[in-house]
Amino acid sequence: MAALFEARSVTKRFGGLTALSSVDFALESGIASIIGPNGAGKTTLFNVFTGLYACDEGSVTFRQQSLVGLRPDEITALGVCRTFQNIRLFANMTAIENVLVGMHARVTLGLWSVLAHTAGFHHTERRLQARAEALLERVGLRTHANDVARNLAYGSQRRLEIARALASEPALLLLDEPTAGMTQGEAGALMRLLRDLVADLRLAIILIEHNMRVVMEVSDRVTVLDHGEKIAEGPPRDVQTNARVIEAYLGTRARERRPRAER
Amino acid sequence: MIHGVLAVAMVALSAWAVATFPRSVLVFLLFQGSLLFTYLARIPAWLRAALFAMALLVLMPVIGYYNGYYLEVATQVGIFVALALGLNIVVGLAGLLDLGYVAFFAVGAYTWAIFGSPHANLIFGGGAFPLAPGWFYPFLLVGLLVAAGTGLLLGLPVLRLHGDYLAIVTLGFGEVIRVLANNLDKPINITNGPKGITPIVRPPMPFGLPTSEAFYFLVLVIVAVVIVVNRRLEDSHIGRAWEAIREDQLAAQAMGVPLVRAKLLAFACGASFAGVMGVVFSAKQVFINPESFTFLESIGVLAMVILGGMGSIPGAVIGATVVTVLNLQVLKGLSLWLNELKNAGVTVLGYSLTDLPTQLEPAKYERMIFGVILILMMIFRPQGIFPVRRRARELER
Repeated sequence: MAALFEARSVTKRFGGLTALSSVDFALESGIASIIGPNGAGKTTLFNVFTGLYACDEGSVTFRQQSLVGLRPDEITALGVCRTFQNIRLFANMTAIENVLVGMHARVTLGLWSVLAHTAGFHHTERRLQARAEALLERVGLRTHANDVARNLAYGSQRRLEIARALASEPALLLLDEPTAGMTQGEAGALMRLLRDLVADLRLAIILIEHNMRVVMEVSDRVTVLDHGEKIAEGPPRDVQTNARVIEAYLGTRARERRPRAER
Repeated sequence: MIHGVLAVAMVALSAWAVATFPRSVLVFLLFQGSLLFTYLARIPAWLRAALFAMALLVLMPVIGYYNGYYLEVATQVGIFVALALGLNIVVGLAGLLDLGYVAFFAVGAYTWAIFGSPHANLIFGGGAFPLAPGWFYPFLLVGLLVAAGTGLLLGLPVLRLHGDYLAIVTLGFGEVIRVLANNLDKPINITNGPKGITPIVRPPMPFGLPTSEAFYFLVLVIVAVVIVVNRRLEDSHIGRAWEAIREDQLAAQAMGVPLVRAKLLAFACGASFAGVMGVVFSAKQVFINPESFTFLESIGVLAMVILGGMGSIPGAVIGATVVTVLNLQVLKGLSLWLNELKNAGVTVLGYSLTDLPTQLEPAKYERMIFGVILILMMIFRPQGIFPVRRRARELER
């Protein structure tokens, strides 16, 4: 069966540095996590998936359609949306406006409808706003709808980014370290939210995460990257005990000290 | 309540004062101040609308009847308000710094200047030109389209640039248009070079209005349309996309905003307002030459947008008004007054002003004082006079 999302032997080089080398990745449904030490190429992989980087080799397909060579906005329109590791909200716009921008790909109004304020325009604006409110409600920010994004608390900003990404009605959501900077309690609540979203919206999620407790709890499958290569993949439990993974995270054990040829 | 009474009283008083002292700059400033107060006062919307209608539709033309120069000032203010609102879309909303904006104004102006004068006969031969005065009105649309097309033309090559690089290229573009206007008298005489084009046909005046009154009303109508268009764009997915690009271009694109299309639309919309006003300007002036479209004009319009508050419609309006009135009236009035002091031989701290060397003539301070005002503004109120206020949306459920 063809997967919802599939990447094959993706390779990305920056000058002499190979950031990704021949990475395979596939996802049908549920939540897949990508973990790995800093600089392993996780975010680079996301950037290739969402069209911010062009990959040097390999293929990326979503619903059997190739994403290679498409612009980020085209990929979003197809149903793949993301959040960013270092929050990139529209800082001087309100929370609800941020979410409304996320719906841009789903608005089909032309310039004329906007200028003439046609019935279609009013109808669309009302529908968009109702959806935006529902999304804010979902991530627990409804009371902050009119707050400027810059003034929101850190955890709220992360949740707003998720709401903004959901606004584009994605079938696949890519979250880059969504729990960074959150307390264990907040992170747990966010993971319950993600689980609900997967169940309610039949959403597939790819998660980059450093919080191992979160990863092990929420993921259906875990992929481990190190130095741009996939070193392990499988259910969380298996990956946890994989020797290469432990090596990548903790380093190799110091070799047995050779008995010194002392006198 | 008290605000309402005050607003009515101020408008009435200033109108009376202008009618009584039609030559006093201070009194005319009082009239403008009363409009500002009306805008800011906490009064019902209908009262504000009524006062504005009264002041702009009745009082201003009456004032103009007593002192034509004031009507000229008001018309110029209107022209610059439309320009500032156009640039506000590009710079304020979409965050694309455009230093050559006056080029679009020039394109609109030359569009009518060429076809609304005998000059077109040199290009096409025959004697069909100038077009009949009635053609002026369709040419408002032609000017709009030509300027919007020029906006697209500029937009296409510079889409990949932002920040300083974009500013430099647009600056160059503005100069290119001016230099073209200066030199396109050979091999085919299109613009008549530095000599400019004249006489340009004026539109037929509706209801037998005097020329200056007719232009005033025409500009007023265009400004009203421009404001409505601006607000509708701003409160739509298009305006939100522009703002998103200004805030974070990469995130905007990742959220589904097609950058190329959104930016081109911003350039075209901004340019179209300037194009329309260019057509009006050329008809009003009867004569245009490249000198009207220098880099300094672009900077002037940009100063209006920044002074008023970037991205804010009321800001662009007040910015254009303040800068135009400063340049046409306040600073001129100041230097005239200083000149009078000088001629009267007033002494300051034992130094007779008559001895002032000609290099230090008051008229030469005008630009400097304007610059000082801009600097002070940026130090003490960098967000502008009327900064953008985020509109709180009413939640539905």
